[in-house]
Amino acid sequence: MVQRTLSSVRPFLAKWALVAVPYLWSLLFFLAPFFIIFKISLSQTAIAQPPYTPVFDGMATLWDKLSQLSLDNYAFLGSDPLYYSAYLSSLSIAAVSTLLLLVIGYPIAYGMARAPKSVRNALVMAVILPFWTSFLIRVYAWIGILKPEGLLTLLLQALHIYGPDQQVHLYNTAWAVYIGIVYSYLPFMVLPLYAALEKMDHTLLEAAADLGCPPLRSFWKITFPLSLPGVVAGSFLCFIPIVGEFVIPDILGGTSTLMIGKTLWAEFFNNRDWPVSSAVAVVLLIILVVPIVIFQNQQKKA
Amino acid sequence: MMRQAVRMVLAAASLAAAATAASAGEKVVNVYNWSDYIDESVLTDFTKETGIKVVYDVFDNQDIVETKMLAGGSGYDVVVVTGPFLARQIGAGIYQKLDKSKLPNLANMWPDVMNRIGQYDPGNNYGIDYMWGTTGIGYNVEKIKAIMPDAPLDSWDMIFKPEVVSKFKDCGVQVLDASEELIPAALKYLGKNPDSKSTADMEAAGKLLASIKPYIQKFHSSEYINALANGDICLAVGYSGDILQARNRAAEAKNGVEVKYVIPKEGANMWFDIMAIPKDAPHAEEAHAFMNYLMKPDVIAKSSNYVSYANGNLASQKFIDPAILSDPSIYPTKDVLANLFSTTPYDAKAQRVLTRVWTSVKTGM
Repeated sequence: MVQRTLSSVRPFLAKWALVAVPYLWSLLFFLAPFFIIFKISLSQTAIAQPPYTPVFDGMATLWDKLSQLSLDNYAFLGSDPLYYSAYLSSLSIAAVSTLLLLVIGYPIAYGMARAPKSVRNALVMAVILPFWTSFLIRVYAWIGILKPEGLLTLLLQALHIYGPDQQVHLYNTAWAVYIGIVYSYLPFMVLPLYAALEKMDHTLLEAAADLGCPPLRSFWKITFPLSLPGVVAGSFLCFIPIVGEFVIPDILGGTSTLMIGKTLWAEFFNNRDWPVSSAVAVVLLIILVVPIVIFQNQQKKA
Repeated sequence: MMRQAVRMVLAAASLAAAATAASAGEKVVNVYNWSDYIDESVLTDFTKETGIKVVYDVFDNQDIVETKMLAGGSGYDVVVVTGPFLARQIGAGIYQKLDKSKLPNLANMWPDVMNRIGQYDPGNNYGIDYMWGTTGIGYNVEKIKAIMPDAPLDSWDMIFKPEVVSKFKDCGVQVLDASEELIPAALKYLGKNPDSKSTADMEAAGKLLASIKPYIQKFHSSEYINALANGDICLAVGYSGDILQARNRAAEAKNGVEVKYVIPKEGANMWFDIMAIPKDAPHAEEAHAFMNYLMKPDVIAKSSNYVSYANGNLASQKFIDPAILSDPSIYPTKDVLANLFSTTPYDAKAQRVLTRVWTSVKTGM
């Protein structure tokens, strides 16, 4: 009897355990941190450890402390055009970078997908290979390339494109930020595109050719629409982290590059204002999550 | 099967016990200090003498230190903090009172410096001076002479006068990314109280800084050391010892670059870097031993000789390289000393104005 109940309960439990894993993951690593940050964003700064108030320390004072929370920090964000401009500039840098990544990444992924099967794995390896070196070191290496006395200047001078007293002035500019971002995120664009393109049925293109469709037209009519899931996945995978990017603009960009990551840094470290920096982070999350949810709903309807 | 598993657990447990025993036997002190700020042989000598291992971590930005300390549980035993930051952090209850019975070398300290530090730490209960210095101007002698033979080298005009600083734009000008250094310096140049916390004053200083921003290559708090030494830039606003280190590095490299440091005649910030022990320091006993060791005259003199910063240890002066002791840019003369100013901590509201002014200087927003 006992044995029978156990054997019928076990698959049921196993199924639920399996389903629960991703939910538990989201709960632990997304929802719980989000609520902590959201709570801090409703607090006020204090010179104390931790540097905000109120701090919940038990059920007895819970209601009293809940009543101390307020939306002041969000009102503050609206009162200074700095935040608005930082969000806008981050979004536009991310949009331009994603577009550049798509334009550069698509031909690479296409070439990889159309390469003979025997070399495809080697090509995928080549895309992943840079990850073997630390991201930080690779970004620092760009300083060596882009600085006025750097490798790029030397190369252009050796090729006599530049005179001996001419120098490349890219380091500490917005150009360097774009170069750094496109370089760093390229694998995240290429791999999903490759995955989509590799699955494609090539007989479709042959059929189109047989029916007299010119190659360029069959690309736009067949290949591109079929690769759209890859385009969307790659774009999200790049766009979202680029919006919050801090390291690349900090290392390669000049002091005038305004991005939300730097604004967050200044709030957190210079002003030691955890509540306002938390509010900046919550607004950033809303800016990113809302369009994605709308997009997913439309995908479902379609 | 079961027995095997039990045996493995037991084996793992005994291994873990052995590991904790070993780490309990080993004495450690975790130190957090500015980058490029010590003769590393001081650390190895300390371990040799006391058997306490030093885990040494560095920063180049006080704000990061304060954020870590406010978050708590940093794990550091000795933290080096600059005056106004120390004052605010003592107020937040981050540090423990020093046990002066464990610090007999306090007798070697310089009463003058201890008194000045008293404005941040009344009674010197929490901190002991490590080094002190000024924030002034470093420059590449040859390049400046070539561009502007009559440059006002001893004045803040070099930085704050657009007609002057613009001449050095192509040659490279870097400025500390530290609002609490540049705003007071700009205020002093404008003839206002450098320690002013008034919004209007800070905004006026910001306006002055914004007017010279087009000529500044970068705001950064440590890059200028190498940039000056390599001859990549010709003008920098930086910490005295950092610029003197650039001078020494250039001299060692024999690359033909000559770097000089000046304390501008209008006056400059005199700051103190102070060692303190966090309340939650895991090794407070070792932290006291480390601080006491650094107050030995010959030890701290060795570090001063290496980093070219003055220290707050009077007894150490007979061990200091005469070239450093007699250098007025390191140990300023009485007249210059009288002209130096110090700043007090910013409260939360003033800090927000300060950061906002600084952001608008840097980004134009």
